Amino acid sequence: MTSTSTPLLDLHTDVLVIGGGLAGTWAAVAAARQGSRVILVDKGFCGTSGVTATAGPGHWWVPPDPQIRASAIEKRLATAYGLADSRFMARALDTTWNSLPAIADYYAFPQDEHGVTQYRGLRGPEYMRGMRRLVQDSGVTILDQSPALQLLRDAHGAVAGASGWRRQAGGNWQVKASAVVVATGGCGFLSRLLGSHTNTGDGYLMAVEAGAELSGMEFSNYYGIAAAGSSMSRSMVYTFGDYYDASDRQLPFQQGPDFTGQLARALLEGPVYCRLGRVPQDIRQQLPTIQPNLMLPFDRHGIDPYQQRFPVTLHAEGTIRGVGGLRIVDDDCQTTVAGLFAAGDASSREPIAGATSGGGAQNSAWALSSGQWAGRGAALLAQTRGASQGSLHGFTEVGIQPSTSRSATDIAQLIKRIQAEVHPLDKNLFRSGNQLSSSLQALDSIWDQLRDAPPNIEDNPLRARELLAMAATARWCYHAAEQRRESRGMHQRSDTPQQSAAFDAHLRVGGLDSVWSRHDHLKTPLTHGALA
Amino acid sequence: MIELIFTDLCNGCGKCVEVCPTNALALTEQAVPTIRDQSTCQTCFMCELYCASDALYVDPDCEQPRPLDPQTIRDSGLLGQYRRDSGWDEWAADPRYTNQHWRMDGIFALARNTPPPAKP
Repeated sequence: MTSTSTPLLDLHTDVLVIGGGLAGTWAAVAAARQGSRVILVDKGFCGTSGVTATAGPGHWWVPPDPQIRASAIEKRLATAYGLADSRFMARALDTTWNSLPAIADYYAFPQDEHGVTQYRGLRGPEYMRGMRRLVQDSGVTILDQSPALQLLRDAHGAVAGASGWRRQAGGNWQVKASAVVVATGGCGFLSRLLGSHTNTGDGYLMAVEAGAELSGMEFSNYYGIAAAGSSMSRSMVYTFGDYYDASDRQLPFQQGPDFTGQLARALLEGPVYCRLGRVPQDIRQQLPTIQPNLMLPFDRHGIDPYQQRFPVTLHAEGTIRGVGGLRIVDDDCQTTVAGLFAAGDASSREPIAGATSGGGAQNSAWALSSGQWAGRGAALLAQTRGASQGSLHGFTEVGIQPSTSRSATDIAQLIKRIQAEVHPLDKNLFRSGNQLSSSLQALDSIWDQLRDAPPNIEDNPLRARELLAMAATARWCYHAAEQRRESRGMHQRSDTPQQSAAFDAHLRVGGLDSVWSRHDHLKTPLTHGALA
Repeated sequence: MIELIFTDLCNGCGKCVEVCPTNALALTEQAVPTIRDQSTCQTCFMCELYCASDALYVDPDCEQPRPLDPQTIRDSGLLGQYRRDSGWDEWAADPRYTNQHWRMDGIFALARNTPPPAKP
């Protein structure tokens, strides 16, 4: 891809946003609102890429009554186990509450039967289609089908843009920018989770190459239910499900926080079947216009899910509904690298979620809020910093420079080997120190193999970077999980089943060839017992 | 995965190629969409939603290709199902397809309060 004959689209801007999902679009809008010139690049298409576009995001939606807000925050702090920040929660609630009504020209918020406008939950495809229009109307330049492959630095070593591939138009792109927002989503390791195959951790890789730190990567083992063989990980109707094993015995799952754990334990024993017989008749009629994609797998395979039992599975969500991501160090969501901002699932959601996934509602509120904070922060920094001078250079050559060509089969095998460590329930959901160490060995060996002979596919420079990003992300997740020798929130280890005051700390990780970690202890010690 | 493109229904607008998040489709020189790389399809149905001609069909099996009989699918009434139920384009004014997504909160609450049936 560095061949001199390859055409280069060479652009200059104030703020570059990498990723056009929920966080990236909000970031671009907020940066443009400050008067900055903004370019947004998306791996796929801004409007369909990422996990929001295929889902139906509710938002953490709490009216601005001080008592109601305080109690919502208190409730979330109870499952954050010391790792969240009530001030950030209050900021996210406020930003979300003020932002959604302001996009009424771009999303037709429906009214309920009492004529009350409903802002909290939006349909993903329409939300992201509207956000694309808002981004365009804000004067932002969008480059679709233009994955970023690496960040670029100026002569002083500061982040000064990025470069990538125009996979449909042909050739490469380079954007020189005074500030960069990474909004590339989380990493689900190509798990078949709906809409997640654009989210391969590319932003983590690029940012860590530039020297950034990650945080909370041990909290990356969320799983979501779907009909087996389907990508339709929309969980709502499954709260009405009755579940059976292979010999038609009903499984006594309780709905609630441990539902996934119960289902996972049963799936480790054998297939699990579901029947949605308890969905009320009126809701069955309404479902196609509530979640229009929900019934597609059933209708198309001739299954009546209300009468017939069908097998179910759990799709790994990695850091998507998991918490971990790039560590942000200030209210503007700047990373530890000056000029580099992170938002949405690309950033660590610990400030509002702590040690437990906040679920979809908190995640959407975080994407919307952190996106706007990062976009505004990047715009303000760009204004004070001015345009960077001189030529730009990459931070790395791994997977960038032409090298040993590997076949598509080789690449597929390497991806399977990574998935074999991070997807299985008995390795990632149900953790133990021994298993984590043995997975880390396997992942280190994959990394060394990739490092010695970086993969390269002639007609697809992105695949090599995605593969590196997934291998690196898997190592960061398990390194952090191995280092946190206790159980806290969603990180539960059978060898260390108790929460321990020694780990009242944020776990930072980083590094590529050599992964490092550091415990940043909480400033205020937790009162143990009260929170657990 | 994406299985079928009905070229007689396609108007050659190229939208499906443009919007595919994983670049699974490509336009031929004759502006006809083709499946460029089925293995990258993530079974998200976005191409169907954006196809105003209802000329594509995605099978819900996300793990392996499923050879399908185009005529059976054509006759099934499933083409355009997602776009219609979403109330897009010509369906926008049809009251049968009004967005009822806001009901999700009530449904979750109902599910929490619906007791499971007595054990068999």
